[in-house]
Amino acid sequence: MQHLPIYPILLPMLAAIFMLLPPLSNSITRHRVFAVLVMILLVITSAFLLLSSHQHGVQVYVLGGWQPPFGITLVADRLSTMMVLLTSVLGLCAQLYACAGDDKDGMFFHPLFMFQIMGINGAFLTGDVFNLFVFFEVLLIASYALLIHGGGKQKTKANVHYVILNLVGSSIFLFALGILYGTIGSLNIEDMANKVPLLGEHEQALAKTGGLLLLVVFGLKAAMLPLHFWLPKTYAAASAPVAALFAIMTKVGIYSILRVHTTIFGEDAGALASIVIPWLWPLGLLTIVMGAIGVLASPSLRLTSANLVVVSVGTLIVAIAMEREAATSAALYYMIHSTLVTGALFLIADLVSKQRGKAEDRYVIARQMPHAKVIGIAFFIAALVVIGMPPLSGFVGKILILQAAQGVTEMVWVWPVVLISSLVCLVAISRAGTTIFWRSAGEATGDVPIPPLKLIAVALLLCTSPLLVVFGSAVTDYTDLAASQLHDRTPLIESIIEGGDE
Amino acid sequence: MEAMYAFCVGVLTTCGFFLVLRGRTFTVVIGLTLLSYAVNLFLFASGRLKLDGAAVLGQSAEYSDPLPQALVLTAIVIGFAMTAFVVILAMRSRADQGNDHVDGQIPEQLTNLSASDKRNG
Repeated sequence: MQHLPIYPILLPMLAAIFMLLPPLSNSITRHRVFAVLVMILLVITSAFLLLSSHQHGVQVYVLGGWQPPFGITLVADRLSTMMVLLTSVLGLCAQLYACAGDDKDGMFFHPLFMFQIMGINGAFLTGDVFNLFVFFEVLLIASYALLIHGGGKQKTKANVHYVILNLVGSSIFLFALGILYGTIGSLNIEDMANKVPLLGEHEQALAKTGGLLLLVVFGLKAAMLPLHFWLPKTYAAASAPVAALFAIMTKVGIYSILRVHTTIFGEDAGALASIVIPWLWPLGLLTIVMGAIGVLASPSLRLTSANLVVVSVGTLIVAIAMEREAATSAALYYMIHSTLVTGALFLIADLVSKQRGKAEDRYVIARQMPHAKVIGIAFFIAALVVIGMPPLSGFVGKILILQAAQGVTEMVWVWPVVLISSLVCLVAISRAGTTIFWRSAGEATGDVPIPPLKLIAVALLLCTSPLLVVFGSAVTDYTDLAASQLHDRTPLIESIIEGGDE
Repeated sequence: MEAMYAFCVGVLTTCGFFLVLRGRTFTVVIGLTLLSYAVNLFLFASGRLKLDGAAVLGQSAEYSDPLPQALVLTAIVIGFAMTAFVVILAMRSRADQGNDHVDGQIPEQLTNLSASDKRNG
């Protein structure tokens, strides 16, 4: 149990390595069985980790026994364990979907998938900024390979942009880390948070530059406004399970903003307190606007889903910019909901695309789909959730964010932008639904069966939404606690020092 | 020494960014390489520049900060892997798209221009 915090990183890594070795290496069936078993195990482990950190307080895992602030630590607090569990659940569903056939397009889908999960979990759990960079690279290099998995012109084209952008992003990340280490003298997040208020005047300017450069990097990962242009094309080009998994990738960026800029440059940072907030406000609101315009302009269901990711990112950034516990808590709830539902939407888009032959998922009139009813129901539920109609989780999430905005001076901007963007999404998605499901030319010809695994994956993702509502009070209690843990830093520092004494 | 060092890092970064903003994958890859060189030098300097300072205790009168050296090592390894990947990807893109433009197609304006150039020349 003492080693629990590192299991979410070790498990997928070892699983990926085992899958590259005999006797598993040559058989896709064995890969599938093994990978699904590992993912189920990972979900259970993550749930255990969440429970234990919830009940026994923050767990600090000191890698190799090198004491903080010198060694690397893994910090499993409420926020990071929640994100790890979210990743595992989304990963399991995406993998089930992939097992129905998408993993056969190329070699080594499952090992790559595992490396991706490992990178994401590592990024959530680490308590060290440089280690965060390393895990970013792990998840990125796996995502480069997953994105191009299966090959094809579209994928190569999208991948070139994605890779080059992210390599530039990595360079900027390292510049920022160099500046921060040169001025603050530490890379451990908690230690940096302690040292930031003590900086001299000259160093403050440099540290501010470093902090803002970090915002650029995280903004690029999260697809914040001027840096979001890569997202729709990339996500639309990726195969469905990969796109579904990528739904959590933007949230890694959001998580990093939350972690770094609330902890290191938070309210206690003296002269450097809240340096990014003035940037987050306009960028977040404009991201929602741009995302909504994108949703309106999208010619296919996949692009619509990708632009909905942008809208959700904007909403999250706005909630972070409010910089208060209630808003962070609302953001966490919204984050769980939006990750799972956008993942489901990408899968549904793929189901539609397989059923409609040449018309794929574009909004054109085509023959009726052979299984229009099943997919229609799934699409209808997903649409309700993602637009934020009652009674599902999207509604609760948006209400929480709007409530948290009460009393903030920027409320006059937040309410109209969030509400109008919801209306725009409602219009765009209704149009999408009517075109795809109702306006058909001619009866269905032939039968394109839906593999049951795909349906199970979509159903699993969709049933999280009513669960998030039914167990809403438990979830919001948890996110409240997670938010207060994030904003109130003293208990965490104490437990890290205690962890150092052991 | 500091001024010289800072100048070098600055020139490398500037050239790197300029080349990354070009349209062909080859120049972009060269730009990314220059950027990663600049980053490595920069990271190294974040532990302050010191002459005759070993990173191991007891080896010299003054010691230098070992952490940036470890960071640079990590950054070099990762940068190297990424460069290898992007080179292969660029080649694949050249094969798939039939040209080495980052957008997968040469902008029309450019092709028209070069065609008219040929006519004039």
